[in-house]
Amino acid sequence: MPHPNPAAPLAPGAGLPPLGRRGVLQAGLAAGSLLLAGRTAQAQPSRPQEIKIGIATYLSGPASVFGVPGRQAAEMLIDQLNAEGGIGGVKLRPIFVDEGPGVDHVVGEFRRLAQSEDVDLIFSAISSADCLACAPLADELKRLTILWDCGTQRIFEEARYDYAFRTQANATPEVLAALLYLLKMKPDFRSLAVVNQDYAWGRDSWDIWRTAMNTLKPGVRVVAELFPRFGATDYSTEITRLLALRPDVVFSTTWGGDLDTLIRQSADRRLFERSTFVLPLAESSMERVGKALPAGHIVGARGDHWFLHPNPRDPELLRRFTNDFRQRFGAYPIYSCHHMAQAIFATKAAYEKAMQAKGGGWPTDAELAQAFRGLEFPSLTSTVRIREDGQGLEDQIIGTTMATDAYPFPVMTDMVVFKGESITTPAGQKSADWLKTLTPAMLDQMPQPIAYKP
Amino acid sequence: MKRHAELLLALLGVLAVVLVAWAVPWLRFVLTIALAKGLAVLGILLLLRAGQVSFGHALFVAFAAYVVAFLAPLLPETLLLLPVAALGSALLGLLVGLFVVRYREIFFGMLNLALSMVFYSVLEKFYAITHGTDGIRLAPTRFAGMALEGAAQGWSVLLLALALSLGFGVLVRLHLASPMGQALAGIKTREPRLEFMGVPARRVLLSAYVLSACMAGCGGALIAMTTRHVTPALAYWTASGELVFIAILGGAGSVLGPFLGALAYELTRVYAAALVADAWQMILGTVLLLVILFAPGGLWGMGRALFARRRAA
Repeated sequence: MPHPNPAAPLAPGAGLPPLGRRGVLQAGLAAGSLLLAGRTAQAQPSRPQEIKIGIATYLSGPASVFGVPGRQAAEMLIDQLNAEGGIGGVKLRPIFVDEGPGVDHVVGEFRRLAQSEDVDLIFSAISSADCLACAPLADELKRLTILWDCGTQRIFEEARYDYAFRTQANATPEVLAALLYLLKMKPDFRSLAVVNQDYAWGRDSWDIWRTAMNTLKPGVRVVAELFPRFGATDYSTEITRLLALRPDVVFSTTWGGDLDTLIRQSADRRLFERSTFVLPLAESSMERVGKALPAGHIVGARGDHWFLHPNPRDPELLRRFTNDFRQRFGAYPIYSCHHMAQAIFATKAAYEKAMQAKGGGWPTDAELAQAFRGLEFPSLTSTVRIREDGQGLEDQIIGTTMATDAYPFPVMTDMVVFKGESITTPAGQKSADWLKTLTPAMLDQMPQPIAYKP
Repeated sequence: MKRHAELLLALLGVLAVVLVAWAVPWLRFVLTIALAKGLAVLGILLLLRAGQVSFGHALFVAFAAYVVAFLAPLLPETLLLLPVAALGSALLGLLVGLFVVRYREIFFGMLNLALSMVFYSVLEKFYAITHGTDGIRLAPTRFAGMALEGAAQGWSVLLLALALSLGFGVLVRLHLASPMGQALAGIKTREPRLEFMGVPARRVLLSAYVLSACMAGCGGALIAMTTRHVTPALAYWTASGELVFIAILGGAGSVLGPFLGALAYELTRVYAAALVADAWQMILGTVLLLVILFAPGGLWGMGRALFARRRAA
């Protein structure tokens, strides 16, 4: 594996007993000077050569089904933005780091990005654990951090941060939207089963669903709570039980390869004919599972992310993004691509807002952070507002699958686009408490479903 | 003579770590993690002397890390949390050790692995208490009564890690030279003879096991205080595998080996990840393969061979 810079890998030599070798010393010095680039001139920053963005995403492991498309979207959008002249005439440069190895690795990489690469912003991360660990670090190192994809609602409900912001929704609206949709479209269901991956997201999302369901429609019989192992390859036990129990509804926030497997095995055993599935993350699996996912089941996209969005703010923008992405990477963009786009669009909007407030001067980190608070920026499909507490208000799309000849996979019909503020926990409240105050009147305010138009 | 040389090397190493951490601030975090893992690997080395490989020492690392995470709000003092966590790990080591020291080789390794995975599942499944895979954020802690922040906090943990590494390094060195340590090597070569001599092999191994659990606990507490966020991944079998990997990389010939290995491992990992974000695993794997194929004595063995050749020339 040849590399033009042999100094960096040699730097471990600095930690060993010195051998007195000139080579080692030189390498150490070279690495040292490379690494020592500090963040200077904080008081009155001049326009930099480039805006460096550290991006933590999954490049390895099961969650790379989101991480790699997210990275691809970042590369494409940054190329396009740079071709148009960048932000305020300054070009962007992404530096990607892998979330795969776990929290301590990501925390180390975060420090490297902030202290050695001296990036201007950090997009972190997909994993909720990584976000929970990085948000306090953002404040400690005073480095602007966009929590670009993680779902946990705990971050801004349990603490306040000056340098961390979220450019998308969180688990509460994502799960609540699917529940409201189910209550509207299939109000007389009486029994329900859950099949979630056995880890924090699977447990959290079920908690949110159950709390909201017990408030809005008490008396639903939960016939089974199944938590198969994360990364399971065989769901025959779960499917057998569901076939025997015949719940009206099967709820599952499973994602990635696990969801693909669950859908295929359920289709093989005709579980889809007996129960209605509610799959809030199925948008990201649709192209892979194809027609194995039959018509008439409820799917979501962790936001209003759907390439056939019924009424996007700028239809041309969405169409161009989808086509460019397909042309370059050979797949339809999924929600993580949209989340990445939102992080990049928010960055652009925040810089422009901060520069405007400063009369065209380049903003300091603190001024840029100030610009994020209350920022409104365009997404690929609508607009997102970052609330006072740092949480983004993002719309949610939920629809029902239908088969069409135009695509080799199901599309959504009867789509409802929920407004972000109507289903997000108000600032300063905890989701668990807020969900208990919901009333069925919420259903009357729901937007009308929009059918698929070929 | 050799003992003095080792001590000198260790002190030079400490100096080098401090210098690097001072010159390159972001590496301070990486170095602290490396030393913490080095402490845990030192425990593995102790068992390796007896010919036993534990594939489950992440259990003690994670246990101590969670002890720190749970106790930090009640007892926000680093200098108290660390011994409590280490003692907790040692007690757990005694409990687990009573069972596992009855087994040897693959059975010993696998039983350890199984127990660490049981603990992993407990952390993951008792969701309401442990927050599952999202993990627990460490509450702010004080150091000797002082509320430190940012860089000072990082330095305090690094210096603590260095002190512990030196202390335990000396202790293990003395232990290995003592009759108890010699008996460990006896377990590896021929255990029945040890018994004929009236030395209870199980008790020898148990004491080494408890000591190794205690050191892994110190490592775990340091990791928790450095990352300030603990997740069940600390107890996962890959974390144990990593410790064995480091032991092989560093070499079992000296108490300096584990620290050498841990520093090399962590630095290779961060630099590989910085150079090629999506193929760093390959670089790490290649390094290990090369070490296994060409330097079975690990980095320590390699360095010593180089040194000996130069002296001969």
